[in-house]
This record gives sequence, structure tokens and C-alpha cells, in this order.
Amino acid sequence: MEKFETYTGVGVPLRRSNVDTDQIIPAVYLKRITKTGFEDALFAAWRNDPEFILNQDAYRNGSVLFAGPDFGTGSSREHAVWALRDYGFKAVFSSKFADIFRGNSGKQGLVTGIISDADIEKIWQALEANPGLEATVDLVAKTVAVADIRVEFEIDEYTRWRLLEGLDDIGLTLRDEQSITDFEAKREAWRPKTLPAKGA
Amino acid sequence: MSSAPLTLAEKVWNDHLVVKGENGSPDLLYIDLHLVHEVTSPQAFDGLRLAGRPVRRPDLTIATEDHNTPTWDIDKPIADITSRTQIEALRKNAAEFGIRIHSLGDVDQGIVHVVGPQLGLTMPGITVVCGDSHTSTHGAFGALAMGIGTSEVEHVLATQTLPLKAFKTMAINVEGTLRPGVTAKDIILAVIAKIGTGGGQGYVLEYRGSAIRALSMEARMTICNMSIEAGARAGMVAPDQITFDYLKGRPHAPEGADWDAAVEYWKTLPTDAGAKFDAEVFLDANTLDPFVTWGTNPGQGVSLLDVVPSPDDFSDPNDKAAAERALEYMDLTPGTKMKDIRVDTVFLGSCTNSRIEDLRAAASIIKGKTKADGVRMMVVPGSAKVRLQAESEGLDQVFKDFGAEWRFAGCSMCLGMNPDQLAPGERAASTSNRNFEGRQGKGSRTHLVSPLVAAATAIRGTLSSPADLEGAN
Ligand code: SF4
Repeated sequence: MEKFETYTGVGVPLRRSNVDTDQIIPAVYLKRITKTGFEDALFAAWRNDPEFILNQDAYRNGSVLFAGPDFGTGSSREHAVWALRDYGFKAVFSSKFADIFRGNSGKQGLVTGIISDADIEKIWQALEANPGLEATVDLVAKTVAVADIRVEFEIDEYTRWRLLEGLDDIGLTLRDEQSITDFEAKREAWRPKTLPAKGA
Repeated sequence: MSSAPLTLAEKVWNDHLVVKGENGSPDLLYIDLHLVHEVTSPQAFDGLRLAGRPVRRPDLTIATEDHNTPTWDIDKPIADITSRTQIEALRKNAAEFGIRIHSLGDVDQGIVHVVGPQLGLTMPGITVVCGDSHTSTHGAFGALAMGIGTSEVEHVLATQTLPLKAFKTMAINVEGTLRPGVTAKDIILAVIAKIGTGGGQGYVLEYRGSAIRALSMEARMTICNMSIEAGARAGMVAPDQITFDYLKGRPHAPEGADWDAAVEYWKTLPTDAGAKFDAEVFLDANTLDPFVTWGTNPGQGVSLLDVVPSPDDFSDPNDKAAAERALEYMDLTPGTKMKDIRVDTVFLGSCTNSRIEDLRAAASIIKGKTKADGVRMMVVPGSAKVRLQAESEGLDQVFKDFGAEWRFAGCSMCLGMNPDQLAPGERAASTSNRNFEGRQGKGSRTHLVSPLVAAATAIRGTLSSPADLEGAN
């Protein structure tokens, strides 16, 4: 996972609330066996609509999402984060996220920042007045800025630290690799081993 | 070692502690055995590839094909594209990462939770994980066995450890002697009906008491298997002589001095006198009847001698609403005798009840009897080995003579990922573990039952126990 400190990219105003994980990525895409390549699945049900925000030229390369409240509710599928990430999103802002979605995001390097509905509204208006405007996310200062609007966002300290360090769950555990190796050295001989294979 | 009295689960936990979590962060536990199947593993392997990470301990990992595999024509290519893709991915990943795999057609292929114990890989005092919620099955040996999600599968593949949050402990005390015709399946269905599908949430359950001690290992597996249906993280039974006897001589069981050292350690595992559980539940085995479900979650169960309940029987408004919805889906009228419910299909299989004892029990009931008109019976052994064992005992012939379908091993109609499904509106008596809406096929209606009830039902055509067969055909 890459370290995240600051990032600047096109801001996307998604004027919808209660965007659940089924809307972020419909269930049919769950049959895939890869962990990447879900960019086509993001908001799949809306992508046929030429009016949909990501179908407008100015926003096609969007990478910082500003959404209405209750983003990421519904099923716990991690694919929702993969789809956002694969499309190119680096950060999502909303006044309220579903807990599981937020937890999954932190593990995959996607910043989820909480800002008030009033600030979201201000940013929406700024982006809509000037489509293609960039947003700058500063995780060190915990701020997001669009044009002359600059607001602080909320993110828990643990997740922020992990994102700043670029540590996914596995990376985090592997910081303790010596302890794992020490544990293995003491593992009793009777404990199971699948190899060499015995059976039949 | 601390001198405070500990429960079985706490002992196993403590002996796998790699790093103690500080300030509320989870403990890091070592994983002794990682079981892998085709549905929850592809993205985990893909994640390793993306990050350039190897599998840390291929020698503690084993894969089988079970969820998608056909139970007929297993030598033909799999028709369903998703199923075939998942199976091909598993084979490719196993080859690439050096993991032992038992593919369709292999003598050790089968449902992952049947294969582990059968090979002697599942042992007391170990930690077992698998990307499958019914991993709790392995707790029957006194192992701490938990189902995990795909990212955790990747985590275990890469590190052989898992960060885990502390759990609470619940004792399920089952005292007394089961009456004839009443089995482990009835105990667990009664437990779930009693504590509810959320009753075990956050807990590791320990099944205790004289009724549990009297059970065989396979019966204990049936009970631990369904711990997840009570919402629990895991279910366990303390190891004893029955456990050791079952394990001894299996392909991967320890031998010689290792065996002796293991048994000595295993004998220290049972919960200490005076250890405190966070919660306790009591069930009287003496008065237990065969249990069956009437609704669409495993907690919606009653005695087979009872009637379909009415939503008005429930005081909790959520339970009442759930009952209304379930009765509509199941097309049942309150007050109907459970024994009057007619089924279309009887399914004997799944990781809950597809072991040799289950097949023997069912075969002993149907032997020499005639199947009810219009009822279809499917028998799906839990593993290729179980199938061979049953054939060597002539059980396949008993099933075939009865008119049942004798199939190859796999998950089959437990979840209907392969072609083994119920048609919309069809009703089954099923020895599996989940009666959710659509679980066995779109619009399918499932009654969870024991193998004995399944067999008697196939004879009478309505939900029945062996006691109802007096004088039948
Ligand atoms: S038999 Fe059913 S419950 Fe068991 S592992 Fe297979 S699908 Fe899951």
C-alpha cells in the first residue's frame, strides 16, 4: 500500500445520499475472482445514464468524491472499496459513512473523511460552478481544499496513521515478523503439518 | 503459566499468542491449520500476487474443491462458468503457491470440514481457520476454529497469523441421556431455538455436560458445526478419550513420542474447575424430542411433536414480524402439525451431517422400506472417502434400493452453488444447517432435520421420526 500524505485530483460532486454498497457495485460483479479491475463496475447501474456525473467529460478523471450522508451502507462487500480505488478515487468525503465501509477503506488506502453537510454543500456548489476543479487532500493537516474553500475533516487517528505509513493489514502484522518467527521456532512437533502429504 | 482457572477456549487462545494487543488493539494469534476452498480464496491469492508476497507456510495449508463441484458426472467439464472459473483458479493458485490440493476425483476430495478431521489434521488445542463460516465444526476436537473473510484468508496466507479481538465465553450445559431417535442435530437445533440466532454473538461456546460427553466425535462435529447459526465465533468440546481414539492412526495424527507428548498436553486443555464463563445455558437432554425448523432461520425450530407456531406466540415485535414473513415464505399455516408437513425432497448431506455415522443412521432406518411416492431423496457423502467407506459397507446399495440418488461428494444442495437445487416452491427436509430464503435454490423451502428424521420423512412423505414408522410398510 502506498503512503498517503497529500493528494490533488479532480473533485466529483455526487449529489446523492444513502449510496449503499449495492449502488457502488452491484452484486453481479461479485462473481469475479480478481481483486482488481473493478473500475467498470463502479456505480454500474448509473453509468448507462449519460447525465450521470462520471459520464460528464469534466469529471471522467475524478479522484476525490464528495457525497451525501450515509455513504457505503448495506452489505459489507469489500468490492465497493476496490471499485472506487480501481476507478482512481483516492478519497471520499461525506457527513456520514457506514462503519464497515469505512473500516474496509482504511485497509485499502482509500481516505474517508467526514465533513459537515454544510461544507459538502459549499464544495458541491464550487465544483458545479467550475466543473473539473481540483481538490487537495492533506492527510497530515487533515484538511481538504477546493478553490478558496478549505475545511478540516475527521478521520480516526489509527486509520490516519496507517494511511500515512502506507500499512495494509498484512504490512502491519509483518512489523512483528520476528515474533512470528520466534513463535514458530517453539511450535511443538505434534502440531499438524499438511506437507509432506499423507492420506488416501 | 498463570494459576487462575481458565476455560478451554482461553487456554488455546493463550497458547497461540504471538503478540499481545495493547491499548485495545487485537491480539495476534498463530494459526496452526488453514483450510482453503475455491469460493473465498481467489481474491486472497490475487492480493498476494499484487503485493509480491509468498504463502508463508504452505505446509500448514490445504485446499479442497467442494462448494461448486458437481455430484454427478464428475469426470465431465463443469458447465457453469463461474463455478468452473473458481475451481480452475484454485488449481492454478495451488500450483503457483505450492499448496496441497484435493481436486474433484481425488480420493481425499470433499467438503473442507469433513476432509480436515478425516485426515487427522484437526486436533485438540490447535487453531484452525477457513474462509467459511462452518469452520466451527473443528471445535469438536477442542480446537479453536473460526470462519474468516477473504481479506483474512490473504492475511493468514501471508503471515500464518490473525489479529483477533477478545471473545466472551458461554457454557452450553447439556445434561442427561438422549432418548432413542434423538441425536446431536436435535440438541443443536434446540440450543439455537433457545438462545436465538444472535444469542452467541461475540462468544465462543463450549458444549459441556454428560450428554455431550456421551456423543461420538462425528456427533460433536454436528453440534459445533452449527455454532455459527447461533451467531457464535466458535464452538468447542473439551477433548477426551473419545477424541484421542478417533484421532489415533489417522494419516496426519502424531505418532510415537509426538503422540504421547500431544496427549499429555491435550489432557491439560479441559476447562479448569472454578473457571468462570461469561454466560451459561442449560438444556435437559432427557426430555428432548427430535427438533425441526418451521421458518427461514435456524432459530425458528420446534419439537417435531409440536405444531407450526403463530406469529401471536411471539411477544417481541421483531420475532413476530419475522415469524409472519417466514410463514408466508414457507407457505405454512399456524397450528398445522409439524408431522403433517409434506416434503418434495429429502437431502442427506452437508458438513453438518454427511459423515459415515450419518449415512449409517439413515440407512438403518430406510433399509427394507419403500420411499414415499413423489419424494426425491438425495444422498451426498461429505467426502470421497466417506463415499468409499459407505460403499464398502453396502450402504450405497441400501440407498439405491430405496430409490435415493447416490451421489459424489461436495456441498451440493446445502447451498445450491452447483446444479443441485430445489425448484421454486419446492420443500425439503434437509440435514444441512441453513434454512434461509432461497438457500437451496430460488424460492426453495427448507426444514432442517437430523439424518434420522430425514430418513423417516423419506419413507412417510411428511416430516417424521423413526418412532412414527411402527407398522409402516
Ligand atoms: S456443506 Fe454447506 S455449510 Fe458446509 S461448507 Fe459446504 S456450503 Fe458451507
